[in-house]
Amino acid sequence: MEASKVIHAIYTDDDVLMLAVKKVKAEKHHIEEIYTPFPVHGLDKAMGLAPTRLAITAFLYGCIGITVATVMMNYIMIQDWPQDIGGKPSFSYLENMPAFVPIMFELTVFFAAHLMVITFYLRSRMWPFKKAENPDPRTTDDHFLMEIAIHDNEASLAALLKETGAVEINIIDKEDAH
Amino acid sequence: MEYKISNRLKLGAIILMVLGSLGVGYGFWDSHQVKDVNDVKELLASESHHGDDHASEGHGEEHAEAHADSASHSNDAHADTAHSDHDVEEHKMSHEEHVLHQIHNRPWSAMYVAAFFFFMIALGVLAFYAIQFAAQAGWSPVLFRVMEGITAYVLPGGLIVLAIAFASGTIGHFNIFIWMDPDVVAHDELIQGKESWLNLTWFTIRGLIFIAGWATYRHFSRKFSIAQDNADINDNTNFKKHFRISAAFLVFYIYTESMMSWDWIMSVDPHWFSTLFGWYVFASMFVSGITVIAMITIYLKSKGLLEFVNDSHIHDLAKFMFGISIFWTYLWFSQFMLIWYSNIPEEVTYFVTRIEDYNLPFFGMVAMNFLFPLLLLMNSDYKRIPWFVVMAGVVILCGHYLDVFNMIMPATVGDRWFIGIPEIGSILLFGGLFLLVVFTALGKYPLLAKGNPYIKESENFHY
Repeated sequence: MEASKVIHAIYTDDDVLMLAVKKVKAEKHHIEEIYTPFPVHGLDKAMGLAPTRLAITAFLYGCIGITVATVMMNYIMIQDWPQDIGGKPSFSYLENMPAFVPIMFELTVFFAAHLMVITFYLRSRMWPFKKAENPDPRTTDDHFLMEIAIHDNEASLAALLKETGAVEINIIDKEDAH
Repeated sequence: MEYKISNRLKLGAIILMVLGSLGVGYGFWDSHQVKDVNDVKELLASESHHGDDHASEGHGEEHAEAHADSASHSNDAHADTAHSDHDVEEHKMSHEEHVLHQIHNRPWSAMYVAAFFFFMIALGVLAFYAIQFAAQAGWSPVLFRVMEGITAYVLPGGLIVLAIAFASGTIGHFNIFIWMDPDVVAHDELIQGKESWLNLTWFTIRGLIFIAGWATYRHFSRKFSIAQDNADINDNTNFKKHFRISAAFLVFYIYTESMMSWDWIMSVDPHWFSTLFGWYVFASMFVSGITVIAMITIYLKSKGLLEFVNDSHIHDLAKFMFGISIFWTYLWFSQFMLIWYSNIPEEVTYFVTRIEDYNLPFFGMVAMNFLFPLLLLMNSDYKRIPWFVVMAGVVILCGHYLDVFNMIMPATVGDRWFIGIPEIGSILLFGGLFLLVVFTALGKYPLLAKGNPYIKESENFHY
């Protein structure tokens, strides 16, 4: 575990932040993390983050949802207690399918939405009563914070960040590395 | 950025129209080869010789259903148990006559379906365009000239549809709308009850009012859009006027579009009605319109004429294609499920004919309009690949042609449908005219609406 010293550059505008990110990336510095009060579109691309795989999980969860709905209703409405649906007592899932479509749709959405949110929280290491990792409470209000690790280049990095429009630059000793 | 319709495109469109006219002409000539009931008897006999079960015994039953649907005879209107023998006799006799009508109806209906299909694309784009202005959308102004080009077809397209409908009730033998036939109305109490709305004069006047309203908006929106280009940079009065008429138009549009769909489509089955039909037709025209915007944009971009249109604009159009396809499915299913579930005879007959006689186009259309766009356009990256969007667009357009086909044909030609020379000829005829009108209009002004106050935002739009 290397001695971790990081620099915190604070910005007050998302457009300035975006330009700063592009400049810092152009200078080949690695940005550890950026804390923003709201989602900034295009920031992930500018930082060079890998595309999210959350969409793939959402698709899979949707597939699980529609399967659960089908199996469940087939059991409830056709197998366990056969129902005469709409005056058409065919007792076949397929022939009664139109009646089941709304539920199949709803459970698809339900599973996709809830499991996706849970996945997102787990992947972001967030759970109830967890202490916030946020280094500066102002980033929950109207400030943007960029965190860059320092490797004996404190002065040049600080100068670069100042140039990109940072309103405040702090050097932080990070004791614990996760 | 300047575009002029190329001679090759013009020639191509004219060739399509000529070929199409030949096809339509052949359709009329061919249908009139079957002149009277005796010809039909011969035809049916030869069909049953070919081992076609349709023409033999089973036909009577199916035919009765088609009858109930198209209601060309009064018998079924009174769902009495007291169907006298005499009635049945008459029914049997009229079977050949009925088939004769269906054969004569086919070229008319084929023309009507194709004419309506291309017209609805233009009208859908007009609504989309008005929404962009009413919402003051920032992403789309780079596409405005493409949309204005497509909406040039609203006036000619609308007049053609109305003219075909009118001609079918005057020159023709009530080939599309049976309520235009005084003989049918005289024996049909249900249509008599609707006569104050469904009569040829009022139908035509209504149609003209609708078309006049849409064409007026289209005229002034184009005028203000051009005027805004030439105005001073600080002068946004034209834009403001444009905003106001767009909002007003949308109110007019949503009422008239709904009434138009009752008049021009739903009334082919004058006994049947659905309260969400207007929305259903709207979804169809909206998604077809957006698809055509995407296709023409990609075409012009491939010619290097729309450099200011970037991936994100294509991505947004593809998102709309995806989203509105699902919206269409939602309405299609809402209409289908309630009628299927309740199973009320006079309502469900509409879907019974479609599932029995139109099984392939009916379910094929759902696959093309729902499953294909859903699976093809779900992935975010695919929405930015032009050829992918075009391929999905082709499937969507074919699907929505089938949608209109399924709305008109069961009422006019019953189970004697086919997508053959009359249908394809009509598509070529109106497709050629559509291309000619749209691309001529595109060539009249620069392709960038440079005066629009949101143009800079639109050029820099990124997702």
